[in-house]
Amino acid sequence: MIQVQNLVKWYGPLLAVDDVSFDVQKGEVLGFLGPNGAGKSTTMRMITGFLPASSGTVHVENLDISEHGTQARAQIGYLPENAPAYPEMSVQAFLEFIADIHLLQGKARDKAIERVMEICHLSNIRHQTIDTLSKGYRRRTCLAQSMLADSPNLVLDEPTEGLDPNQKREVRKLIRNMAHDKAIILSTHILEEVQAICDRLIIIDQGKLICNGTPDELCRRSSDAGTVTVGVKTQDSDQIRAKLEAISGVKNVTVLTKDQETATLTLQPSASDETRFQLADAVAEKLSEENLTYNELHTSTGSLETFFQEVTVSETEQENAA
Amino acid sequence: MNRTFSNIKTIAKRELASYFNSPVAYIFLIIFLVLTAFFTFNVSAFFERNEASLSSFFTWHPWLYLVLVPAIGMRQWAEERRSGTIEMLFTLPVTAAQAIFGKFFAGWIFLGLALILTFPMVITVNYLGNPDNGVILTGYIGSFLVAGVYLAITILTSAFTRSQIVSFITSVVICLFLVLAGWPPVTRVLPPWLDSIVAKFSVMPHYQTLQRGMVDVQDLFFFVSVMAFALFATGVVLRSRRAG
Repeated sequence: MIQVQNLVKWYGPLLAVDDVSFDVQKGEVLGFLGPNGAGKSTTMRMITGFLPASSGTVHVENLDISEHGTQARAQIGYLPENAPAYPEMSVQAFLEFIADIHLLQGKARDKAIERVMEICHLSNIRHQTIDTLSKGYRRRTCLAQSMLADSPNLVLDEPTEGLDPNQKREVRKLIRNMAHDKAIILSTHILEEVQAICDRLIIIDQGKLICNGTPDELCRRSSDAGTVTVGVKTQDSDQIRAKLEAISGVKNVTVLTKDQETATLTLQPSASDETRFQLADAVAEKLSEENLTYNELHTSTGSLETFFQEVTVSETEQENAA
Repeated sequence: MNRTFSNIKTIAKRELASYFNSPVAYIFLIIFLVLTAFFTFNVSAFFERNEASLSSFFTWHPWLYLVLVPAIGMRQWAEERRSGTIEMLFTLPVTAAQAIFGKFFAGWIFLGLALILTFPMVITVNYLGNPDNGVILTGYIGSFLVAGVYLAITILTSAFTRSQIVSFITSVVICLFLVLAGWPPVTRVLPPWLDSIVAKFSVMPHYQTLQRGMVDVQDLFFFVSVMAFALFATGVVLRSRRAG
């Protein structure tokens, strides 16, 4: 369990992390999302005790990281950004070093090393030196390092960066499988990844925590949530549009595509509360009243991408504002 | 306590292995052995002196170490910081003090090994005459302590920078000061009142006492306190660098 309270980090006059609080329980995967330079890595470095916080506290398994540093760090496995590892060592020697630091001995040590080698598919390159490894293997070596001690908490800074699609899928599956008895924090900027493996996610922008919720919750908060798309058999799309606009609760209607037989239109609900998700029923009713047939009708649950764009300020916008 | 000892050992072992995994160790050993032999036999004219002692061998050590020890120590923290492994190291259950001592001992053991490999000198001088082996032993102890002082200073400069070259040059300059401050050609030029203060910082008078076969607690205290100070300062520097 990791608890972060009112965490602040100043780099000289620059405020990198501004009053961030959250917690991760055992059995939960927390996604950490934000534009580049938002303060994700800085926050992770404070959680793992690498950087001291300017103010605020981090508790790992109820141990304050600034007071009980060594004990608290023993409870966290950490994959730093860029997956650093000693380049002149072999994969085997590197993992042995990590095992020794965690005071693993004899059979337990061998078993722990074999276990992570198997999970991360490193067995066939165990005698290769790390500087000869490809980016993907290197990241997996460092990932293996973070899992070696089987700590109850994992902090992973961009665990799938630099992996090919198959490896990405595998690492996601791996994280998902470990989730039942661990508290996991992972940062990423791949939105599908968040939806695939995270139970909860927080978005951080310019050092501030903007939101904290399940991926579904946050999707529903995006502006395109509740939008109804309908494909109607008609030749006159404008007429249909006028009819649909007449439905109460519709803000506006746009024609997406039209051809000889069908027109696809999207309807934006005017309501912003939960009632907007019932718009499709009204549309279906209206179409049957008018004796129109339709081959497509669905309500968008919203997309993380849209939500992300809406809540974070893009760099170009910042520049324009300045 | 157990954990402290174990962590220092683990880190020292890794560091020592990394010396031998790169060509640095072998190049260092060869250069060190060739140069000590060259200076002893050719420059100091070991045979012409006709003495059964290794003074012509030990005289050169503080000068040889001046470039060789920084070459061994410069990478210790500079490389950790450049490659980012420092972030991994300090998020493991290891304290900064354990890491600093572990790395220092690795370097010192390596330098000790280089010294041990000069054993043919001892055999030669014993074969040719009857040297005082006690003096030779204190000579080795003095040489080992000077190497330790240089190493600790190099480790300190290494913590300041990501660049091994910067670390190398800075430590050569600092160590050169430690040598010259007590070297007669320099001290003769200084006014007497300044001379005694500057000379206090020098490794030379302490080294020379040991070369004469005398073990004085004051000299040992000097060496140990300079090493302790430099390593403590390394800890302060690493901490402040992380604070951002």
